[in-house]
Amino acid sequence: MQLTSRAKPVDRKPMTWLERIYLWNIFKGMMITLSHLFKRKATIKYPEEKRSFSKVFRGLHILNRDEEGRERCTACGLCAVACPAEAITMEAAERQPGEENLYREEKYAAKYEINMLRCIFCGYCEEACPKDAIYLSQTFAPANYGRQGFIYKKTDLLIPDPKTDPEGYRKAKGEA
Amino acid sequence: MYLLAIDWIFILEKFLLVGFIVSLSMVVAMYATYGERKVAAWLQDRIGPNRAGPFGLLQPLADGGKLFFKEEIIPLISSKFLFILGPILAMVTALLTSAVIPWGRPLHIAGRDVPLQVADINIGILYIFGVVSIGVYGIMIGGWASNNKFSLLAAIRGASQMVSYELPMGLSLLAVLMLVGDLKMSSIVANQVGEGFFNWHIWYQPLGFLIFFICALAECNRTPFDLPEAENELNFGYHQEYSSMKLGFYLFAEYINMFISGVVMATLYFGGYDIPFVNEANWDINQNLLALIGFAVLLAKAFLFVFVFMWIRWTIPRFRYDQLMKLGWARLIPLALFNMVITAAIVLWLKK
Repeated sequence: MQLTSRAKPVDRKPMTWLERIYLWNIFKGMMITLSHLFKRKATIKYPEEKRSFSKVFRGLHILNRDEEGRERCTACGLCAVACPAEAITMEAAERQPGEENLYREEKYAAKYEINMLRCIFCGYCEEACPKDAIYLSQTFAPANYGRQGFIYKKTDLLIPDPKTDPEGYRKAKGEA
Repeated sequence: MYLLAIDWIFILEKFLLVGFIVSLSMVVAMYATYGERKVAAWLQDRIGPNRAGPFGLLQPLADGGKLFFKEEIIPLISSKFLFILGPILAMVTALLTSAVIPWGRPLHIAGRDVPLQVADINIGILYIFGVVSIGVYGIMIGGWASNNKFSLLAAIRGASQMVSYELPMGLSLLAVLMLVGDLKMSSIVANQVGEGFFNWHIWYQPLGFLIFFICALAECNRTPFDLPEAENELNFGYHQEYSSMKLGFYLFAEYINMFISGVVMATLYFGGYDIPFVNEANWDINQNLLALIGFAVLLAKAFLFVFVFMWIRWTIPRFRYDQLMKLGWARLIPLALFNMVITAAIVLWLKK
């Protein structure tokens, strides 16, 4: 029964004398490996060279700020709802008078945590966010000695302030 | 009056030579491990060790240091004396072989002829064979003393393999000895020295060299004949229970064996310290310098063989055990006998 048109019959010809003495085939194989001596090496020397990611790479999250350096997150919780791995937890708080330069909306995330061990980097939080507050960046979570170290707090996630640290801000956005 | 006149300078000279050759073998073996990893990496499109020192050149030191400081474990139910004797035997036999190899022309120092050969005994090549066959005991004893079924299996494999392949090796060598007419290593080399490199035995004994080379691979337990340490069949073979420097000695002995067999092959078939493209007798150059160049040429030839060994290792998969035995007994021995008979006939015919 023919299942596919691409099936190849197995070659069951008896071996020729040249094949049976085996040495010629060994020689051919050794020439193949020798040619690899002169091929370009596939290795990326990691700490010095870094592998470039694609434009749509989904890495570590950043919490975004607006042009004036105010946090955009309003702790609506849509990202936490969208998260299939349930990696995001947050606590909301009300903006007090005098904090208008810190938070864009009247409500903000007092606590915002992402467990990078749970996160599957699907990017659904980024899609769910109505305020453009969370993005997946071009880096990945570095190694850590303990599990606690993989629970990223707001301080780890927030993008640098474009007013006080424009250099860091541009770097985090991947523009520098 | 002396009953036995002792030439102290002679003894000193030999001690120095032995010390030099043993340390040379050690250093070569150390860097052979580095070379092995580099060659493996290059053949697999990788870079290989490059972190310790420039180009990773200090990697062997790091490896050696690691092996020294690891915990030394002797299994409780092992035979302790034999367990320790195994790696010692492997190492000693690996180093002993270097004694009869002519490393170069004699040096002239302060009016003395200093031969670059520890002992030019008249049974030179037989001595090498004898010592190499003692090497089986290193594997056998190590594998048996470990009290481990895998190690024992590997030891039996190793022993039968080495015994089987010594036969065609010896037979292919007989043809060379017929050409030379002497068992001395120095006269084997002297027979090949001359104009160009057409005096080398490889031109007279290509088949013999091929057989010898295959057998040398088998004797060194190198792939495709590495059945004694077949990782995926026998875990780690005869050195599975070994740790720390005892394991290091086994691994080291393998690389020394590789180097020494490279040197032996260069000596027997590739003219030893004979410098190609040059007629040494007419070359107007300081004799000591000539000897050193010859030594370097011999080393270069040996390193070439070491490279080929590695190249083969990272190309060819391991033989199955029945294939190994079939190749040894049913193919190589008749072939070597044939080669021997043909050579004998031609030698007789030419001498008539």
